[in-house]
Amino acid sequence: MTVPERPERPELLTDTPVPGRIWMLRGARAAISIPALILTAAFVGYAGLARETGLTLAETLAMTGLVWALPSVVVLTGALSSGMGLLPAGIAVALASVRLMPMTMALMPLIKVPGKTRNWQLLIASHFVAVTAWVYAMKHLPDLPKEGRLPFFVGFGGSVSSFVFCMTAIAYLLVERLPDIVAGALFLLTPVYFLCSLWGASRLNADRVAMIAGLALGPLFFIYFPGLDLLWTGLVGGTLAYVGTRLYRRGLT
Amino acid sequence: MTDVLLAETWWWPFVMIIVAGWLATDVWRWLGVFAGGRLREDGELLIWVRCVATALVAGVISKLILFPQGVLADTPIWLRLAATGVGFAAFFAARQRVVVGVLSAEAFLLCGWLALDKLG
Repeated sequence: MTVPERPERPELLTDTPVPGRIWMLRGARAAISIPALILTAAFVGYAGLARETGLTLAETLAMTGLVWALPSVVVLTGALSSGMGLLPAGIAVALASVRLMPMTMALMPLIKVPGKTRNWQLLIASHFVAVTAWVYAMKHLPDLPKEGRLPFFVGFGGSVSSFVFCMTAIAYLLVERLPDIVAGALFLLTPVYFLCSLWGASRLNADRVAMIAGLALGPLFFIYFPGLDLLWTGLVGGTLAYVGTRLYRRGLT
Repeated sequence: MTDVLLAETWWWPFVMIIVAGWLATDVWRWLGVFAGGRLREDGELLIWVRCVATALVAGVISKLILFPQGVLADTPIWLRLAATGVGFAAFFAARQRVVVGVLSAEAFLLCGWLALDKLG
């Protein structure tokens, strides 16, 4: 699986092990990318929303750094501004964040070297799991040698989140109120970006079918089972896609 | 101490952010680490887990487009769907380059929005 995409980087072809910090630096360098810019623009849009809602700079940044998943951040902002209690707010955010568990699960076999990787390393790396870094990792990590994947992912995730953190602060301080049309355009950025990159990261037919099923079922479950809708979308849509494509691959065995 | 008094202290929002934000989010990532640790890279179970994760993210996408937050909610639904469709088509036409898809969708949305403003 270590076929290098870019043969002009001969270090990927040799068998000599590359130290972890070099992989981390490579991950940081890869973070200078279109996905990171799009995510930054989405968080700039969020900074405007946070300021309008009356959140302080410290609160906005604490949420950006600690939660690090835009949909969950938006839910928590709504909870804070409406004076919701701790428990209902926690439940609302937890429901919006369930998707992070299967995403992290799917990433683990990629970045874990059995018998070598420690659990605390994986726990730290897992904080960077959010759609942008996850999609990037699922697409690019399989091309790297196994030892390099975890430090590369940490370098990538760490740089993207630090950069977005700083830009969110700058946007909060500089932009008093975004014009409606700019704010609206920034809000559309995230779903279109997710749509294209999720399709680009899918490797199997099962992934693509699951994506179409999720797109169709998401709004249905949102209307009929609000609250747990994303969980049901994932379980029902994902299972249908898996079973359907498995029958297609193997028949009834 | 009532909720109203608590909400007025400077530190209460940070308790909310740490407990209802950070813990409520990261606990799923930690569970994912332990549950995913035993999956094999080439196993059937992993294919299913990936399907579930992909369908979940896809659900987030269609919710963001059909039921958006903030000012985007004021735009007509057909404009948002058309902009997304144009973006996705451009993404394919440009041999799956994400940036082309995103910029096309944005251009379509902005043109449509400005046109509607002029007409309305």
